[in-house]
Amino acid sequence: MDIWSFITNPFVSIYELIRGGLSGLLTSVGVPDEIVRLIVFLVMGGIVVTVLLIVAPVMMMYMTWLERKLVARMQDRIGPNRAGPFGLLVPIADMIKFLTKEDIVPEGVDGPVHFLAPIVVVIPVILSFAVIQFGVGMGAVDLNLALLYLMAMGSVATIGVFMAGFGSHNKFALIGGMRAAAQIISYEIPQILAVAVIVLLAGSISLTGIIKAQSGLFGLGWFIFYLPVGPIAFFIFLLAATAEINRVPFDLPEAESELVAGYHTEYSGMKFGLFYLAEFLNTFLISAVGASLFFGGWQGPFVQQVPVLGIVYFFAKTIVLIGVQLWFRGTLPRLRVDQLMNFGWKRLVPATLALILFTASFLWAYRLFNQFLTGLGG
Amino acid sequence: MDVIGIISQLVFFLIAALTLAAGLATVLLRNVFHAGLALVGTFFGVAALYLMLEAEFLAVVQILIYIGAIAVLILFAIMLTRSLMKNEDSNINKQWAWVATVIVILFVGLFILILQVPWQHSGTAVYTDLVPHLGTALLTTYLLPFEIVSVLLLAALIGAFIIARE
Repeated sequence: MDIWSFITNPFVSIYELIRGGLSGLLTSVGVPDEIVRLIVFLVMGGIVVTVLLIVAPVMMMYMTWLERKLVARMQDRIGPNRAGPFGLLVPIADMIKFLTKEDIVPEGVDGPVHFLAPIVVVIPVILSFAVIQFGVGMGAVDLNLALLYLMAMGSVATIGVFMAGFGSHNKFALIGGMRAAAQIISYEIPQILAVAVIVLLAGSISLTGIIKAQSGLFGLGWFIFYLPVGPIAFFIFLLAATAEINRVPFDLPEAESELVAGYHTEYSGMKFGLFYLAEFLNTFLISAVGASLFFGGWQGPFVQQVPVLGIVYFFAKTIVLIGVQLWFRGTLPRLRVDQLMNFGWKRLVPATLALILFTASFLWAYRLFNQFLTGLGG
Repeated sequence: MDVIGIISQLVFFLIAALTLAAGLATVLLRNVFHAGLALVGTFFGVAALYLMLEAEFLAVVQILIYIGAIAVLILFAIMLTRSLMKNEDSNINKQWAWVATVIVILFVGLFILILQVPWQHSGTAVYTDLVPHLGTALLTTYLLPFEIVSVLLLAALIGAFIIARE
């Protein structure tokens, strides 16, 4: 392997070096082929999972910092600036606080359900990161069904919210849980339909396929530029996804002014920390998915020559989308329940259905036109 | 038997045992909400079995539809209708003997049937990328059943609206 290809693609190169070295070592010791493959699979899987499990929470910690800083600037404040330069150590202090706080379990709760709820909320989000393509060839799994898988994982988190709401045996928690569930069920539909528009355009439901389909125009053939379908689908996707992860302006399930803290009212210490983690990981996740579906993921100029640029592009796009969500949070008021439901069912769902019909008929007409042209030529 | 075969056998038995345990919990637990959660566990176990059979599409759809939609609706209904503190019901009613008989007969019948049918299997996977084939088949060969199912769902939807209005 020459130096240039190592420098331009360091992470994949290191991965390949470790894998080659390990299987070479095992084979030279005299381990049977089949077991070598099994061990290499397990070890490399372990490495990838560990990297993901480090990257995602570190990203989450600095998203909390970014949120504090950005929202503070929007409200004409300075934000955290004491711990470390620009308050950069605040997330670490936060983490230590969460880990050392006393875990209080109220007497009347439904023991196992109350205990399991934060875990059930966090696991689907972390599992979702398995299919995200962080750079050229840098996804843990390249699943054919990546989009369906993401939707499935997103819907599982609802169960955790239910468990938190019901297991707490508390009015506020129950109302918060019910609101969350109603909201997630309602906004899942426009979200999936908006994604279906992209599936129509790309002709694939694997994230790699969708990102590859956006490689045109010098790495800038992103679906957001497919006027007028792209921007509308993106807007609907962003709204529905924000609603699905219960963030402002759709944060009714945890509306402080009415419900104390909604479904996680009765949680403290690290269990509350897990809900917090899940919320920010979800924001990261939908920004990453949005960047992959509408902004070309790791696509960009020169990405074929210098693959490491892909990671830079991907994270730049994702962080911009995270910033948009924080901007929502800093500026928009909260919706009422009836407004939320009316908007979801009476506006978003019909709008996305119309969009799908339009896209499909346009693609059909385009194909007919192409056939006509080739017919003329032949 | 080779190592990987043994491991996959072990994983299969683990998943099967967990699925069965969750299924038993679904019918035996007295708290309806807990039973609903155990049902979610059963669905997960079935999805894991689909994965073991390399039917990824079925597994993902199982999670999306059965857990993401059906189980969520069941839990939602339980939360709407049960009072929070007292939800301990007896789950044995007068018909249990009849039901048990019917189910034992059904189980034995299916078991015999499965043993008798000469199942065909072609050592290799038929399709590597299943989804396009599935989509094409649904919209060409099986268009009529597909449309009839959608009409059925529409009828159920309208029926639910009418009942809710009364």
